[in-house]
This record gives sequence, structure tokens and C-alpha cells, in this order.
Amino acid sequence: MIRLVDLSFTVGAFELRSVNLEIERGEYFAILGPTGVGKTKLLEIIAGLQSPTSGNVWIADENVTALPPERRHVGFMYQDYLLFPHLTVRKNIMFGLHDKPKLERLRRVDEVSQLLGIEDLLDRQVKGLSGGEQQRIALARAIAPQPRVLLLDEPLSALDPQNRRAVRREMTALHAQLGTTTVHVTHDFEEALVVADRLAVMNEGAIVQIGPPEEVVHKPNSAFVADFFGVENLFKGEIVRCDSALSSTSEAYNAIFKSGALQLSVIAEREGPAYAAIRPEDIVVSNELTHSSAMNNLSGSIVAIEATGPLVRLTADVGVRLVALLTRQSIVALKLDIAAQAYFSIKAAAIHIF
Amino acid sequence: MRTDVKRPSVLAVMFSVLGATIVLFILAPIVRMIFAGSYGGLAEALSSSEVRSSIALTMICALLATLTGMVLGLPLAYLLARRSFFGKRFIEAVIDVPVVIPHPVVGIALLLVFGRQFFGGQFFSKFGVTIVGDIPGIVLAMLFVSVSLLINAARDGFERVDPRLEGVANTLGYGPLRTFIRVSLPLSWRALLSGAIMMWARAISEFGSIVIITYNPKVASVLIYDRFTTYGLTYALPVAIVLVLICLCGFALLRGINVRADRVRII
Repeated sequence: MIRLVDLSFTVGAFELRSVNLEIERGEYFAILGPTGVGKTKLLEIIAGLQSPTSGNVWIADENVTALPPERRHVGFMYQDYLLFPHLTVRKNIMFGLHDKPKLERLRRVDEVSQLLGIEDLLDRQVKGLSGGEQQRIALARAIAPQPRVLLLDEPLSALDPQNRRAVRREMTALHAQLGTTTVHVTHDFEEALVVADRLAVMNEGAIVQIGPPEEVVHKPNSAFVADFFGVENLFKGEIVRCDSALSSTSEAYNAIFKSGALQLSVIAEREGPAYAAIRPEDIVVSNELTHSSAMNNLSGSIVAIEATGPLVRLTADVGVRLVALLTRQSIVALKLDIAAQAYFSIKAAAIHIF
Repeated sequence: MRTDVKRPSVLAVMFSVLGATIVLFILAPIVRMIFAGSYGGLAEALSSSEVRSSIALTMICALLATLTGMVLGLPLAYLLARRSFFGKRFIEAVIDVPVVIPHPVVGIALLLVFGRQFFGGQFFSKFGVTIVGDIPGIVLAMLFVSVSLLINAARDGFERVDPRLEGVANTLGYGPLRTFIRVSLPLSWRALLSGAIMMWARAISEFGSIVIITYNPKVASVLIYDRFTTYGLTYALPVAIVLVLICLCGFALLRGINVRADRVRII
């Protein structure tokens, strides 16, 4: 649906270097990278708001490189939403429907505002709306003309953390419903993992890795990507049982997370697809089984032991690959060696679910 | 937080006295003048057809100059706010030039272009338009001395509109011209209106260049000068008061707009 071919952009010291990217029709694609790496610029080039120094942009098998933004039929949403301050909410949403007959315009505004739950805001002025409300209105304005492609520049970063999780879920639901090819730019890897079918990691003006989230996390092709994710133990799976009444008492667990053979007791908010992340230093290793109700107890054989500075990195096969960090002394004291059997305990509270 | 309440110091007292002197210097003559005229003289001035038509002429010419300035100047102001191009600094300097040229010099310079025997004058005479000694001359002189106020105010106004808002309009299917009309103009109207009022007021107060290019028909400032030199102070004063009141009205309007603009900042 979107194809970027050898795209370069240079202004002063800033540059994008030969970006090649192909995004499928209907895909939810995330572009992930630290701030100032050229993600927004790339999005603006796809929208036609910036011209590339060289290279081509294709949208739906049409070379649009020379086409102005008003003829590309893309929806664009900036991080700070940029609603038109001189127009009401309704007129903001209607803005992109100028070439439609009046009746259709009104119908479309109703449709879109229902979809996003902002019917009550339609006659309000833009001033004084909350961040979450502005975000929905900006999204409504972008999708109202039914664009071929939806480009979102850090759509969640201006929201407070509680809101962000809820809106993140709504974004994926919305995408499932509309099926619009979406490009979502973010610096938050958790966000990218949750929303995206596939993602590209950017660094210093170049794309360094493209792939499905699990693949990029588990097989980083560079130290940069590995560092950027910084999570050794990440599992994609599902919360199969969640008792929300019990939630967030520090030591106990209230939910079961399942990923293939792996089953963990965790603390979660709701059932459904989720990721579980465990920091290697939060895993307690021993050579005999200890029983504790608040703990997840796993066993497996040791696959690799590598010294990384003061700590030792231990990789084990417990049905899935698990990485733990230990001190040199504990390795010796526990007589751990390759192919030896070991036991791993993880507190429910140490497992980050998102 | 910084407090503005400070101990009175010798310096503050000294500066206040100096400041009060200059404020008084500006205020006193204007106030004195407004109250110097008798109501009889004022009523007489207002009932005189010469005075009335002169004031009408001044206001209409100033309006025409302002409208011309808007048609020719706003697009330029927008370009200056949005684009960088070769020679931009030169053009910005050119726009500010009228401020530093003595106004009689402006009149003479305009004569050399728009006089009957010169290029501009000959060009317009083909369409039956006389410039020197007629109303178009007044409008051109006003335009020359006051248009920089409008262009600079408009440029500042356009610069305050986030260009990304225009970008959003572009992605929603609006071409550059429609974006300008639907987004840039409505978001900067306060700056544009205040620039237009400033230009209009400046045009009304112009004397030096107009007196050279078109003595008759007389705009208000020329009429005041004419009456003063011919008949003296008492005869010129009522017209002067009327003119100053008109200028103050425009000024009050301008302040009103700017004060509101400060309070209601565009988000």
C-alpha cells in the first residue's frame, strides 16, 4: 500500500538515509525509534508535507512523489493534534469533507463521532477540551474523509499514562473495524508492540530493522535494537483468567498468562492478548525446587553461561528461552554449568504485563 | 515568583519624574487642544461643507489606500512569513524604507514617476486617470507612507499561525489558496485588522507628501495647514480638533483589538 524507495532527505545536519519500506494494505505498521531520529519527517514525506531530497513514495501503486498533499488522500494526525482553533468540533471533523454533498457530510460526521464516542462534543469550541477529547476529535477529523492511509505521529504521547493504555486499546479496535492502512510513529516500544502488526526500528535517520514485533525483540540484528528494547524475556500470549477484584495486592497474583507451554501467575487488568516482560535480574535461580505460593516456579536445563562485566548472563530452556542475570559467586555456589538442571522463581509482581 | 512591589529608591523616583515628563509632553498638547476650541467653533466647522467634504475625502482616500495595501501587501506578507528566498532581506528592507524618508521627499519622488511627463503618469493617463493634483495622487501618497505598517503587522500575524495547521488542511484536501483563505486568514484576522487600522490611521494623518502631490482637493491635514497659514490659529483649530478625535477613535478601536488579542491567545 505504501512503498518508500531509496528515500533520502537532508536539511542542514539532519538527514534520512536511503529509507526502503513496504507497508501492506490494511496493515498497522509502527515506526519506532528514539526522539529526533527522523520519524516525524518520514511521516511528513509520506503525507507530502515535505519533499524528499531523492527517492520515491508510492501509495496504492501510484508514484505520488510529485503529488501535493491535498491530492494524496492520506489522513494525518500530529502529536499535539492541531485542531483548528477557529472552528467548532463539528466543523473540524467536517473540514475534510468539503467536496461532499451537505447531507453526506452530516451523515459522515455522525458516523465518525459515534465511532469515537464524541457525539456530545460536536457543538463545543476547541478551547478547553481535554487532551483525550482533542485526540479523538483529531482522529475523527483524519478518518472522516476515508483516507487511503492513516499517518499518526506519536498519537498517544500527549495523553496521561492511564488514558494512554485505554486509548491504545481503542486504536487497535478502531483499526480492526476500519481496516485502514495505518502508520504509527512512536518512541515507546511497549506501545509499538501492542498496536503493530509489523514495525520498523529507526536510528540516526535510517531504518535498522523491520519485522513483526516478536521477531524484532527476540532477534535484534544490532546492539542498538537490542539496547533499545532492553527486554531479554518477552513473551507474547494471552491472559486466560483474570480476577480483577483481587487486583494489585503486592505479593499475590490475580491472573494467569499463557504463552505456548509457558504458564505464569501474574497481575493483570483484563483478559485477552497481552505481552509479559521479565527483567533478567528479577529471576531467582537455584539448584533445587523451592515452593512458594506467590512465586512462579520453572525448571529447565542451562543452555549458555556468558560473563558480561560483573554479572553473568545465564540462558536456560524452560520450554521457552529464559535469560537470568546472576553474580559470579552465585554461579559457583550453586554449581551451575551448561546442561545442568536449574530452577527459576519469579514473583508475580516482577512480571510486567502489557 | 518575582514580586513587583519594591522599596522606593532614589533611582526609581528619578526615573518616574523623567518618565512623567515625557508622558505629559505628549498628553498635554492633545488634551489642551481638544479643550481649547469653543463648541461654537466646532459646530461651525462641522457644518461647513468644505470641512465635511475634506474629512470625507481624507477618510475615503485612506480607506482606498488601505484596501490597495491589503490586496497587494497581504500576499507579500504571507510569503515573507512562510518562505525563505533569495533577496528576502532586501525586500524586507524596502518595505521599511518609507518610514525613514522625509515625507515631502516622498511627494517629490512620486511626482517624478507619476507626473504628467513621466512614465507612470503617462501610463495612467492612457486610461484617463490623472494622478498628480487629483484623488489618485492622494491615495498613492498615503499608500506609500503607510503600507509598511500593514505588511509588517500581517507578516507577524501569519508567523504566529502554526504552519503545521496549514499542513493538516493540505492533507484534508485543501490546496494552498483554499488553505490560505480557510485557515491562515481566519487565524490571523486580529493582526490583519489591527494592521489595517494602523495603516488607515497613519494614512489619515499624512500631510508632507500629499501637500506636494495634490494640494487640491484638500485632505483634512492640508485644509488645516491652509487655514492656519491663510487665516491663523482660531480658524484652523476646530478642524484640527475634529481630525484628532477621528484619529483617537481609530486608535481606541486598535487598542481594543490588541488588548483582546493578548487575552485570547491562539492556542
